[in-house]
Parts: sequence; C-alpha cells; structure tokens
Amino acid sequence: MIEELLPNVDWEEMIEATYETLYMTGISIVATFILGIVLGLVLFLTSKGNIWENRPVNVVISAFVNIFRSIPFIILIVLLIPFTRAVMGSMIGENAALPALIIGAAPFYARMVEIGLREIDKGVIEASRSMGATINTIIWKVLIPESLPALISGITVTAIALVGYTAMAGVIGAGGLGNLAYLDGYQRGQNDVTLIATIIILLIVFIIQIIGDFFTTKLDKR
Amino acid sequence: MITLSQISKSFRTGLAQGGLIKAVDNVSMKIDQGEIFGIIGYSGAGKSTLIRMLNGLETPTDGSVMVAGREISKIKGTELRKARQEISMIFQHFNLLWSRTVSDNIAFPLEIAGVSKTEAKKRVNELIKLVGLEGREDAYPSQLSGGQKQRVGIARALANNPKVLLCDEATSALDPQTTDSILELLVDINKRLGLTIVLITHEMHVIRKICHRVAVMESGQVVEQGPVLDVFRNPAQPITKRFVQQVTEPEETKETIEHLLERFPEGRVIQLTFVGESTESPLITQLVRSFKLDVNIVQGRISQTQHGSYGTLFIHIDGAQAEMDQAIQYIKEQQVGVEVISHD
Repeated sequence: MIEELLPNVDWEEMIEATYETLYMTGISIVATFILGIVLGLVLFLTSKGNIWENRPVNVVISAFVNIFRSIPFIILIVLLIPFTRAVMGSMIGENAALPALIIGAAPFYARMVEIGLREIDKGVIEASRSMGATINTIIWKVLIPESLPALISGITVTAIALVGYTAMAGVIGAGGLGNLAYLDGYQRGQNDVTLIATIIILLIVFIIQIIGDFFTTKLDKR
Repeated sequence: MITLSQISKSFRTGLAQGGLIKAVDNVSMKIDQGEIFGIIGYSGAGKSTLIRMLNGLETPTDGSVMVAGREISKIKGTELRKARQEISMIFQHFNLLWSRTVSDNIAFPLEIAGVSKTEAKKRVNELIKLVGLEGREDAYPSQLSGGQKQRVGIARALANNPKVLLCDEATSALDPQTTDSILELLVDINKRLGLTIVLITHEMHVIRKICHRVAVMESGQVVEQGPVLDVFRNPAQPITKRFVQQVTEPEETKETIEHLLERFPEGRVIQLTFVGESTESPLITQLVRSFKLDVNIVQGRISQTQHGSYGTLFIHIDGAQAEMDQAIQYIKEQQVGVEVISHD
C-alpha cells in the first residue's frame, strides 16, 4: 500500500538522512547555545551602565553580531567555504556544515540572550552586588537563572531556524533531509521523496517547539 | 559605626556640554552603633546616592566613608565584597530573585559567603522564624504579598549577621498597615540584635515611628539633623517644617483655622506644642480654671516617637486682651511651645 503511494521513497535512505539532520541540528544547537550565551553576556555586561561597561568591546562585538546576523545563510555558507575547508578539511558531509550553522545562528541567538538579560530587574543585580557577590556568582546565580525562560524560548526559536539552515546546507552537499529532498526529490522529479522529507522536517520542528514551550512554562515562576 | 566626612558625589549629565550634577554636596555625619538613623528628603534630594555610598555601590567624588572600621570609599575587590557582607541592604522593590523560593532567596547571601549547606539550612530556618514567615518557605516571591516580600528581603539582609542594615525606601511600596508591621520588625531587630540601621525615606511617619535621629536632605545637602524629638519640636528649615507637618497637621487644620479666625476676629488661635512629659499635664483644665477665658479646642494630635511622645494642639481663646497675654505667658512656663496664629 505505502509502496504504491510512495514508489520512490527508500526508507533506509530517509532514516539515514533524518539521522544526519538531527545530528547537524543537535550539535549546532548545543554550540550555538553556549556561544550565544557567552556573546550575549559580553554584550550585556559591557553595555552602558553595566558591570563591565566598555564601549570599544561592546561596539566590536555588536558589529560582529550584526554583520553575521544579516548575511543570508546561503551566502554565508559560500563565504565560509575557505574557513570550513581549513577547519574541517572538507566541504562534504554533515560535519562540514557545522561551522556555517554555528556562525550563522550564534549571533542571532546572542541578541536574544542580550534582550533576555536586559529584562532582568536592575535592582536584583544591585541587590546581589550589595551582598558582596562576585561577577562569577552574579552570572551563574542571578543572570542565567533569572533569564532562563527567555534563554530557553530563544534557543527554541533558534533551533527551528537551524533545522531550516541544515536543509539549505544540504543543498550544497552537507547531507541530511534537505540534501535528499533536493537531489532525489527535486532534481529527479520524485515528489513523494520531497513530501516525506518535508513531513519529517515539520515533525522535528513541532517536537522542538513542544519541548521548548514545556521548559519555558515550567521554569517561569514569575 | 559610620562616619561620613565631607562627602560629595557628582554625576556627569548626558549632555554634550559636559555639565555636572552634584547629587550629594559636602555631607558629614556620624551614626552610632545600635542607632536607627533616618535620612528624609524628597526624590532627587540625593539620599539614594548617599545611602549607596555606605556600601560602595557608589563611590564619592570627594570625602571619605568609614563603616564598621573600614574605609568603604577606598577599598575595592575582595575587601569591598567582604565589607558588603557586613553592611546589608533592603530595597523599595524588594529585589528578590523570582527564580528562587523564599528559603533559597534567604540562602543566597550565605552561598556568597561560602557557608556550608547544612549550616545555611539551619540559619535560614532561624531567619524565617525571626521574620515570621513560617509555612511560606517553599513559596516563590510571586506568590507573596508586598509585606511578605519585604520580610524575605529583611531575612536575606540579616543572613550573614551584618553590623549595619541600610533601608532604601523599604516601606514606600507598602500600604500603611504593612508599613507599620515592617517598621515594628525593624525596631525589634534593632533592639534584639543591636543592629545599626540607616534608612532613607520621604515619609515623616517612618522617621517619627522608629528613628532616634534624623537628617533632612535638600538638593544634595543635609540642611538639618538631630534627635527626632528636637527636630519635631523646633524644625528650623522650611523643608523640615513641611515634613513635620506631614505627621502633625492634617490637611483640614488650615481651613479650620481660617474659618475660626473669620468667625472670632476678637480671639486668638494658638498652636501648642507638647513634647515628652508635658503631653500628660492637664494644661487646658488649668487654663480654664485660672483665667477668665473661653477655650475652644480646634484640632489636636499626639504622635509617638522612639524617645517619647510629641503632640500639637490648636486652641482658640477669647477674653480680655490682658487675660489672654497672661494665659500665653502661663502656657510658656509649662514648657509647652506656643505660637499665636495671626490673620494674614
């Protein structure tokens, strides 16, 4: 029955491609989460009136974030080819997609982290300072816990964008569902392959959204 | 315990002209161990900046700040952080961590000080009892009322056994009844722990209720300071008079007096000020018995302060001129402040 409806779908290939997509998305979410929080913290802490107020550092990081956030992802991949070759040694395969995915998503997420941190009541930071907290303590015990719902909902949005990015990276040889849909689906005119790949991508997106929403609500005690 | 010597603090305004605003201007004061010291002023008077210089959240442009034997205005880094554990602070908007329960909020300064988990737990339980929050240990701040939040703030501030407690408009966001219960808690803590308390406020009610001494601030300067009763008795500056009126003269008094002055152009309206023991002597009875006068009580109020009571009474007297003069002389002899309010 299924074979008749979807004559061209090779399920083994499909599972393999799903795995590749999940792998690229998973690794880049983790890296983006860490890098984005670090960048976001530096952006926040060096901004005017904050603990590390430092205009030059803030301007440089801000410019870096804005530039990489603005370049369309498909162009960013192309621009980063020499860098990717140098770091990963190849342009083919899931790992080759990672540098572009992370560099494309981390600045985007860093801005969301910064916005989340700015929403923390300044008085709470002042109170922590008045108790003799070190910057380290303020970061780990005040800034991150107090902005956690925003950090989680931000990474959810970023993760969904990343799923889309992996599909684009797939087109230029990174593997995964995007690659399958483009090569086997589009170029060979097998619409059923494209359809199934799309459905799987949608499922991945829905699952990410559900997990993200669950944690955002659970963690928010405001 | 606290000595401020000629401290000033200027802020650069955002304008291109590079204008400077003097938030605090050459302030000196001494606050003793175990004292409750109040600083009153309208918003923008510089009191917030002043109190923040006591724990180094702001550094003075000039002058020195000594608290508990440390020169707060000089020290930095670890030493300043250590000092801050002995100078805690509570805030108008409580500034609790919403992500932590009541217990965990109170435990936060203990974590900062590196107290072991078991010891911290014991201390948190003591503090919860001290501020009367039994049963609310596992609640989150969003589930508490304003008064309960401030109790958490106080417990948190007391966690590391500080020597000084700074109160930044600690009751300004609370309703009158809750304000009183928080003020009572502060007095209780002051008596029980011998803690020095410095508070800033714009409400004379707070000063009257708990402070031993008061400083009045206006545009960055301390224009008047002294024991609360003295300031209530003889407010020297116009701004101080206005603050004292907040608690002694209800709004309607002025209208009542004007009305009386109109109705009895003959007599005199007199404001009597009683301080301490004189509030208990039967002055009016004496007045009516000894002089041929009609005495009419217009308005009166007695306020309790930490060092005795303070009261004002407005009366209208009518009779022969000489009789009235003698009566006023008599009142003066009773150590009661007299002020004849005239037509104007």
